[in-house]
Amino acid sequence: MTNEPLLDVRELDVFIGESHILQNVSFAVREGGITGLLGRNGVGKTTTLRGILGLVRRTGSVRLAGEELTRLPVHEVVRRGVGYVPEDRDVFAGLTVAENLRLAERGSAPPRYDLVYELFPELRERAAQKAGTLSGGQQQMVSLARALLVPDNRILLIDEPTKGLSPLYVKNVADALQRAAMVATILLVEQNFGVASRLVGDAIVLDQGRVVFRGTIATLSADPELARQHLGLATAGHA
Amino acid sequence: MSTIALLVITGLALGALYFLIASGLSLIWGLMRVLNFAHGAFFTVASYCAFIAAAALPAGGPWLHFLFAVAVGVGVGGVFAALTEVVLVRPLYERHVGQVLVTVGLALATTALVQGGFGADPRQLELPVWLTGTTTIFAAIPNSRLLTIAAAALVLVLLRFFLQRTRYGLIVRAGVENRAMVSALGIDVQRAFTLVFAIGGMAAGLAGVLAGAYYGTIDPFRGTAMLLFAFIVVVIGGLGSVTGSAVAAVIVGLLQQFLNFYAAAGTGDFAVVVLLAVVLLRRPGGLFGSAT
Amino acid sequence: MRPPIRAIAVAVVLAILVALPWAHVSLPGVFGDPLGSPGTLNLLGLCFVFGALALTYDLVFGYTGLLSFGHALYFASGVYVTAIALVRWHWDLPHAIALTVVVSLLLPIVLGSICLRVRDIPFAMVTLAFAQAASILVLQNPGGLTGGEEGLPLGAESLPAALVGVVNTRNLYWLALALLLVTYAVGWWAVNSPPGRVWQAIRENERRVEVLGLDPYRYKLGAFVLSGFLASAAGVVYLLLQGGASPTVATADFTLALLVMVVLGGVGTLWGAVLGGVVYEYLDFRLVALSGAPAIQALPGILRVPLSEPLFILGVLFIVLVLFVPGGLAGFVRLVAVRAL
Repeated sequence: MTNEPLLDVRELDVFIGESHILQNVSFAVREGGITGLLGRNGVGKTTTLRGILGLVRRTGSVRLAGEELTRLPVHEVVRRGVGYVPEDRDVFAGLTVAENLRLAERGSAPPRYDLVYELFPELRERAAQKAGTLSGGQQQMVSLARALLVPDNRILLIDEPTKGLSPLYVKNVADALQRAAMVATILLVEQNFGVASRLVGDAIVLDQGRVVFRGTIATLSADPELARQHLGLATAGHA
Repeated sequence: MSTIALLVITGLALGALYFLIASGLSLIWGLMRVLNFAHGAFFTVASYCAFIAAAALPAGGPWLHFLFAVAVGVGVGGVFAALTEVVLVRPLYERHVGQVLVTVGLALATTALVQGGFGADPRQLELPVWLTGTTTIFAAIPNSRLLTIAAAALVLVLLRFFLQRTRYGLIVRAGVENRAMVSALGIDVQRAFTLVFAIGGMAAGLAGVLAGAYYGTIDPFRGTAMLLFAFIVVVIGGLGSVTGSAVAAVIVGLLQQFLNFYAAAGTGDFAVVVLLAVVLLRRPGGLFGSAT
Repeated sequence: MRPPIRAIAVAVVLAILVALPWAHVSLPGVFGDPLGSPGTLNLLGLCFVFGALALTYDLVFGYTGLLSFGHALYFASGVYVTAIALVRWHWDLPHAIALTVVVSLLLPIVLGSICLRVRDIPFAMVTLAFAQAASILVLQNPGGLTGGEEGLPLGAESLPAALVGVVNTRNLYWLALALLLVTYAVGWWAVNSPPGRVWQAIRENERRVEVLGLDPYRYKLGAFVLSGFLASAAGVVYLLLQGGASPTVATADFTLALLVMVVLGGVGTLWGAVLGGVVYEYLDFRLVALSGAPAIQALPGILRVPLSEPLFILGVLFIVLVLFVPGGLAGFVRLVAVRAL
């Protein structure tokens, strides 16, 4: 049980047009906690998440708790317990906050509205507001809430949730992630190394479509050469 | 005054028919990005099945026959549309041009088949007396027009109810905005596709039957002719917006009627086309659509 | 060794086509009359015209990726402008053609510059709108110019003697063949030229073309104008073959037929489009004749009715092609050729 990873990605290859975006990407995500998927801009982190879900065409193998996902259509992959929080939030602008959340409801267990409203009280206040009129930070809350709502979600794929947010919302999101990690495993794509180093336990680093590091954030932070080479950081291990 | 009243009602009734066809087209385009040329075929096949089946009823008065025709028309329209989606459109998923083309082929084949089977000439219908008569409101208004307007208004209400208050309606509204994200929430969008086609087909079938009452005849070509204007209504109203289609349908219907009457015949049709070009060039998303 | 064989084969086919009016061979079933007869020559001429027309549509739809629903408009302008000049204004043929040349350059420039401001489905809709407006205009018969529903028949006095009369059908046949060859040559030169490559790049990915510093609008307009002009030319020859103008050429159905032709033949291949046009027109003609045949008439209603309607067969054929053979006839032929060689 403890040895088998929750998410096992093997030899994932993604071509977009003629570009070989992901090359032979393999990594494993252990159950529990937050695993970071790190790297500079444009190295393929978002594509990796999309490849796991099947939103882009890919070859290779993706197993969730031992079950092969690559032959399933996107909605079936999600139904196996994969929550997705995309990079641009992708809330439905014409629907209200409440409708956005209601759409996400699924599975056998009742939706976790108490958790969601505890983490994001603003969503309860703005339930009747059209999601398109929310600020970036509020939309991010909706997007995260959608994934947290579903108790069946065993792993949450979260793509750069703090991008473009004010410091207050960044803190909100970081707190929410830590809370979420208590009920689900998280694979977090994050470009902000400061945020990542605070939240993340295991880390996988991508560079130009390839995996260049697998280990813990502690190891990564302690090695300035690694950090500089793959993350473009002048110094490492800062908060 | 009586002329104006007649023109207004006729314009609204024509707009009502356009709306019935356009609403389905709009949802199909909005959710699936498919330009469904076969929608006119749903209209035509439904109208023929409806009135032939009604005529074959052994007993019952004209009203029973007519209501039966409505039921058959709606049913046939829905089933034909759902079958089209499953058999022809679904296999071409993500091949948008191919999906358009296959509906073109179906439209051609269907019109030809109906023409071959029943002749190109309009077929006279037996209708309840009330429908062929008039009611006096400022002028002698044909009752078929009143019925058409009432039916379309009812359909508008039902569609809005469906979209705003049911789960599948929620899925459709979200899917019109962002289909991929709906899948990413674990929802099978394909089922919504078939549903939307079926709804469109039912509305088109109803339009086919009501148009039969309106004109007193059915023919193999009316579906295609109305489809063109329905497309224009959809684009002006905004792809994916049922409300937009309703508003645009009223505008188009009234414009067509008034200009065809007060200026030379055909001017109204011409003006509608010009209106389309103008709207498209100023707001490609239509009046109620998104800006892109 | 392939290219020389291809060139020889093409030359042989061309020689046969040119010599056809002198052939006294009959191909029963394929053609109702012997090959050299006026009836068959007229049909073949029409097939060539549609082949050329399909090719012009392939330039704008197959190569540049512009789904225009208004292409019939330019064909119709070729038909009607020439007809009006000949019949209503009593011009002679050279002057009528000169006028048509001017119109067929101006019209796509003006309409294209409006339509090309939008893309994809809105573009398709605007082109449809303009074509529909033209169709309505033709039927309205403003000032008695277009002849409305009845069209404009060409009288013998309107045309030079060489083009009039059943005896001279062979001249029209050769004219149509010449049209097809010239259109093909121009099309071939265009798609292989630098602008032609930009067209294909635009079809693949318009954004990337912009990024490369090129203005897609100008190239799209170029494709639009060239194809519109060539379509008008086809319209002129069509007018001569038919002996008159009729409003069916301006209808939306007609543009859809063009779409069917190009997809039938194979989108994005010149000879495929020509093949599609030729086959479509042939089927349209012959299926009507065949449906009157005793063998078909004897069939039970449920089979006879569909088979008597050429559009039904074409529609079904179209559906089958789109679903199973996206490459059209050209794709099919290539498949077979690859297997055979």
